[in-house]
Amino acid sequence: MRDPEAQAVEVRRTAESLELELTGAWGVGELASIEAALAAVDVASVPRIRIAAAGITRLDLSGAWALRAFVRRARRAGAEVDFRGTPPDLLRLVDQTLAEAAAPEPAAPLAEAAPEEPGERALVAVGRYAVSWGHDLMGGCAFLGRVCVTFVLSLGRPWRLRPISVVRHIYDTGITAMPIVALIAFLISVILAYLSAQQLRGLGADIYVVDLVTIGVLRELGVLLTSIIVAGRSGSAFAAELGSMRLNEEVDALIATGADPIELLVVPRLLGLAIALPLLTVLADLIGLSGGALLCRYLLEMPLTQYVNRVNESISATTFWVGIIKAPVFAVIIAFAGCYRGMQVRGSARVLGHMVTVAVVQAIFMVILADALFAVLFMKMNI
Amino acid sequence: MEPVVEVRGLVNRFGSQVVHDGLDMQVNEDEVFGIVGGSGSGKSVLLRTILGLQRPVAGTVLIRGRDITHLSEEQLRPIKAGYGVAFQQGALYSGLTVLENVQLPMIEHLELPPTALDGLALLKIRLVGLPADAAGKYPAQLSGGMVKRAAVARALALDPQLLFLDEPTSGLDPVSAAAFDELVVYLQQHLKLTIVMITHDLDSIFRTCNRVGVIVDQRMESDTLERIVDYPHPWIQAYFHGERARARLGAVHGA
Repeated sequence: MRDPEAQAVEVRRTAESLELELTGAWGVGELASIEAALAAVDVASVPRIRIAAAGITRLDLSGAWALRAFVRRARRAGAEVDFRGTPPDLLRLVDQTLAEAAAPEPAAPLAEAAPEEPGERALVAVGRYAVSWGHDLMGGCAFLGRVCVTFVLSLGRPWRLRPISVVRHIYDTGITAMPIVALIAFLISVILAYLSAQQLRGLGADIYVVDLVTIGVLRELGVLLTSIIVAGRSGSAFAAELGSMRLNEEVDALIATGADPIELLVVPRLLGLAIALPLLTVLADLIGLSGGALLCRYLLEMPLTQYVNRVNESISATTFWVGIIKAPVFAVIIAFAGCYRGMQVRGSARVLGHMVTVAVVQAIFMVILADALFAVLFMKMNI
Repeated sequence: MEPVVEVRGLVNRFGSQVVHDGLDMQVNEDEVFGIVGGSGSGKSVLLRTILGLQRPVAGTVLIRGRDITHLSEEQLRPIKAGYGVAFQQGALYSGLTVLENVQLPMIEHLELPPTALDGLALLKIRLVGLPADAAGKYPAQLSGGMVKRAAVARALALDPQLLFLDEPTSGLDPVSAAAFDELVVYLQQHLKLTIVMITHDLDSIFRTCNRVGVIVDQRMESDTLERIVDYPHPWIQAYFHGERARARLGAVHGA
């Protein structure tokens, strides 16, 4: 019984030839040590190599592959290689299998004449990025156009707006998001009230805490935080749903049956979210103001009636609407990013994950950008 | 000789639905064993149980004499390295190229230099009859038949002596299916493999299998192909003597 760790190759050097005796198991599990043993055999300036393979206790494809690689190396070095006895059958199998592939593999095409200068390379990278970004933008515009056309056309035929599907999306994106939206709105308003109370109390301006909370929540934080939560929840869900439908060829099946995937999948999601997000924003406003009230009551010991009066004084006719008007716009941005990226998924699970990530990141980015534009707009309008 | 796979008294239940009730099965060295059964008869559940993806309610599953139903994940690892599985839909990792798919089991179980990984993976890819340029492609770029072959190449990555194939010819055209059956026979003969194959395809059974196990009434009837076609059970009769099967029977009895 041989030690399984024993040398896989025993070498005997004679005057003009090299005798190799192969021993032990030549399996895939031993491949690392076999490769090492074969690599240690010096084949340079040896005219003749004889290999005796009878001592191999177990040979599999991987072992045969390693042996073939060695034989080829020796032949390339100018040695004449033959076997004592018949060579193993598997060696012939490997030879046959790889024979047709023996033609040198076409080298991977070099990335279109790689530029020499580092500066030039950076410029090329920027150019490529800009072009792909431009394509992406155009694709997005085209998709937006198709969605708009489909939507406007189906306005003439309201039964085509898939009311059941729209209601399902209102439920999925709106009703089920209520607990988390309420919790976040409450916590944020408490943080805001606490922070401003700490600063304003020293000035004896406690009462302005109410103004800060009310205007902050109604104008900005209510709608912005809700949109960010919804982008994370529903934007990702849209992208993942549509993306996996693409991977399963469900979208192709729809097109093949003559149904329009935009009308069937995208428009209901867009409409559903455009209805759900303003409602969620109202909830966030309500909970935010309650949170402010709670903190003022217990931290500043302000009676509830005084809080309500102060809220009434601090808001103008437009404060609430300035916040709520943004919600449907944000909803369309989120749904659009999710659906567009979902529809772009092709081929593999990795692309799906990438597109879901892109959808959420872009949705949040564009929501905040739109919010900034709104802020400028409202300032110019003096509201 | 010790059987390669042996299942004794297997019981599988989902709620009140009994899938297997005292199923016995034995696969011997160097044979192609076909598992046949109606839809919902528990072929895939049987395979999942043998692969250790699912624990049975009762019974034992022995792979080369070791009962896998009571082993931990850690203990199962070397046994899993000893067999290869090609799943029905290929189950290739869609984010990796064919070459990387074949290399993945090697990277998991062995420590090899990159050149050896490339060479071995390419050998397996060529062995199953795929062109060398398929190595750099992603699964989504392959045809159905190529996906099945790539799945076999990955199953062969660790040079197993035992190969499980789950409906390898389903979804292939008859010509590709026949070519795949030839591949199965070729691999079996040259690599001395033991192959367990779930299939619906009568042509495939007659071309490749030595013995066949039919799952009927939650149990398995198994015998050589020549003998099992004459079993009196109505499902077996309907399967082997139906409209589609008659043409092939002449070939078996004539042989």
